[in-house]
Amino acid sequence: MKDLAENSGPTPDAGPDAPPAIELRGISKAFGPVQANKDISLKVAKGTIHGIIGENGAGKSTLMSILYGFYKADSGEILIDGKPTEIPDSQAAIAAGIGMVFQHFKLVENFSVLENVVLGAEDGALLRPTLSKARKHLTQIAKEYEMNVDPDALIEEIGVGMQQRVEILKSLYRHADILILDEPTGVLTPAEADHLFRILRGLKDEGKTIILITHKLREIMEVTDTVSVMRRGEMTATVKTAETSPEELAELMVGRKVLLRVDKTPATPGKTILKVEDLKVVDEDGVERLKGVSFEVRAGEILGIAGVAGNGQSELLEVLGGMMAGTGRVELNGESIDLTGKHSDGLSRRKRGISHVPEDRQREGLIMDFAAWENVAFGYQYDDSYKSGWLMDNAGIRRDTEGKMERFDVRPPNPQLAAKNFSGGNQQKIVLAREIERNPDLLLVGQPTRGVDIGAIEFIHQSLIQLRDAGKAILLVSVELDEIMGLSDRIAVMFDGRIMGERLPGETTEGELGLLMAGVTDGEGAA
Amino acid sequence: MDVMPKWADVLLVPIISLLLAFAISALVILGIGKDPVEAVKLMVSGAFGSTYGWGYTLFYATNFIFTGLAFAVASHASLFNIGSEGQATLGGLGVALVCLALPWPHWTLALPAAMIGGALFGAAWAFIPAWLQAKRGSHIVITTIMFNFIGAAVLNYMLVNVMRPEGSMDPASAKFPPGASLPTLHDILAVFGIPFSKSAPANISFLIALLACVLVWLLIWRTRFGFELRAYGRSESAAVYAGISPSKIIIVAMLISGGLSGLMAINNVMGEAERLVLNSVEGAGFIGIAVALMGRNHPIGVALAAILFGFLYQGGAELALWMSIPRELIVVIQGLVILFTGALDNMVRMPIERIFLARRLSAKSGE
Repeated sequence: MKDLAENSGPTPDAGPDAPPAIELRGISKAFGPVQANKDISLKVAKGTIHGIIGENGAGKSTLMSILYGFYKADSGEILIDGKPTEIPDSQAAIAAGIGMVFQHFKLVENFSVLENVVLGAEDGALLRPTLSKARKHLTQIAKEYEMNVDPDALIEEIGVGMQQRVEILKSLYRHADILILDEPTGVLTPAEADHLFRILRGLKDEGKTIILITHKLREIMEVTDTVSVMRRGEMTATVKTAETSPEELAELMVGRKVLLRVDKTPATPGKTILKVEDLKVVDEDGVERLKGVSFEVRAGEILGIAGVAGNGQSELLEVLGGMMAGTGRVELNGESIDLTGKHSDGLSRRKRGISHVPEDRQREGLIMDFAAWENVAFGYQYDDSYKSGWLMDNAGIRRDTEGKMERFDVRPPNPQLAAKNFSGGNQQKIVLAREIERNPDLLLVGQPTRGVDIGAIEFIHQSLIQLRDAGKAILLVSVELDEIMGLSDRIAVMFDGRIMGERLPGETTEGELGLLMAGVTDGEGAA
Repeated sequence: MDVMPKWADVLLVPIISLLLAFAISALVILGIGKDPVEAVKLMVSGAFGSTYGWGYTLFYATNFIFTGLAFAVASHASLFNIGSEGQATLGGLGVALVCLALPWPHWTLALPAAMIGGALFGAAWAFIPAWLQAKRGSHIVITTIMFNFIGAAVLNYMLVNVMRPEGSMDPASAKFPPGASLPTLHDILAVFGIPFSKSAPANISFLIALLACVLVWLLIWRTRFGFELRAYGRSESAAVYAGISPSKIIIVAMLISGGLSGLMAINNVMGEAERLVLNSVEGAGFIGIAVALMGRNHPIGVALAAILFGFLYQGGAELALWMSIPRELIVVIQGLVILFTGALDNMVRMPIERIFLARRLSAKSGE
């Protein structure tokens, strides 16, 4: 397949002189004082897969929103197949042959696949004739591109990978020649991602043009023909994928050399810090989210929990962090922890030496309207060093925050600034500074680098390794397999509320973990 | 970065809203064939032109400070306490029961006891909706509204059947003993040799209201409980992560809020009427919502907004008296002020934000 990727030139449909499928000329867009896109020019040849890569806030999504008619560019021109085209709204984008698959699917859960595909493209007042016509058309497209879906299955009953296929079919049903995919693999297992890439290559062979937006270098290298790098609203480079390397792309994205691999020495595990036995959690709706989980984390090691989002990892962190109740047995340093939620909560967990960097920093880890210094005190408001008499020592907390911001390189280092005004990476550094500097025995970390730019990822990973080397136990939950592989000393894979198995990172492959993540256990893993 | 400097947020926006409300009020006055300039003069001189006017303005303002603070405290926990009216009603009952219980020798003894009585009754009346919200999820807006009606009915029952002196035809309690009579501003200022109207009802409660402002400020911004309360108000999910109990915050915040509403009774019941009458709160609980909204839930803002509404009440009464402007029109003016400063806040805020943004951009490009 690699040989195809190098061929970014002519395809059967387009002669060498054919105009590019998409051409952007001098696109600029500002939101208030923020220049989201600066004079962007881009040509995407017909029948190729073009990657757009860049950090959060680099302007990728803004650019695609302009192309899809969500925003109007302040200046610049869009040419589709060489023809200048106005795209004032998404209807116009669809008419121009552009389809978009969003990161968060826009599907009606309790509608069937067929109904979702037709939604918004019905012709006539009566539904029945549209549906029967659509069924034929849909089956034909699905066959043509080898995307098997049952038109009558309900969206809520099919998997995420299948839902994504429905989104792609929706665009094809509307005769899209250009397909834009925004971070399409965020919710997929490695196997599902591979399947998606096969579909994309098939679409390319049929002459479709594909734009793939992602922050994952691996995917860019694997599937694209050409790649454009965006940084701070500007298009900094467009190169042929075959002629570049992940290291070069990372440097172009961040503007400096970046360490892509986590630099660490082998772990020297000490005594058992956390011991979990037969932990079960039933959520508010009566659904069993954890179905008897057992594991140990020792001092000086990182246990990584891999798995596709929604298989109980969140609940595991929440029950250990005191945010929800569970049953079973959990011991910290040999002493049991109350799981009923009646005598303990996040506050008492912290007193016991458990710090928690939650999965969702904006909803849980931080109060977005609070100033940085208030967020540093958040969860530790009863700490003795933060009080003066029966009042809070606000000036003292601000001083402490200044030190933390300096040590964790939070920018800008202004304790008075509200959390919402920091970038994702700096928000995460505030949370980490707060939790790590408490010197906990056990650190619970969920998605430490979600929505964090590459430069900050490096720093965050090193902070975690440092804490490990200081002899602390770390339980890491992440949906990024690369992160789990890079950081963990042991890996446990969760599927459907259970741990499917434990592996050592040096002795396993992404393929093996991917099978475990899909619920295929050792015995039946021959496929 | 915040779009606007702080002074624009706390001063410019409310002042422009107020001017707009007054402008429309002026049009309405013109529409019924009266002279708005004359009306303004009359309102200002009626409310601020004499110590008598001041005495009434501050008396009303005292009520509004208590109810405004009550709303503000609950508001910081993102609880919409509409029940100030009922809580102040019950607070009146508490104050009256305390005042009538003993032949009080001196107000210095009666006042602290009455404050405890009023705050306890007010807090108790807020406790039931708070408990229902915290443990049963019954929405506090609905329950506090219902408790306003129940509170009025309780007062009615108590006055008619329990507290009415024998032989009286009036649904009111007996007069409080002379020892429970609070010093008026006239009495207090006389100590310093400052003359002040003897017949105006403003009394020492005004100073207590100002003290309450300071205490509420300390509570919200300097204590750990205030920190937790604000944290819960901004993000419940984050509060749970930090180990802050939502039900504890809901209940304690509502107890404080109800207690502040109940405290209002030392002004209107103990300070002015010196007996408990029907409908003694006269809508001050609802005005408190507007006062808190306009004062941005900050004690200083609440105090200033309370004085503004005190002015509208007193100045409005003067208008009705001297200009044959119907009493209902005063309600229209007050309504317009509430509408513009509270409900239509964003209408004024957005354009001002845009102006500041444009100015900053042009300043940037000029560099």
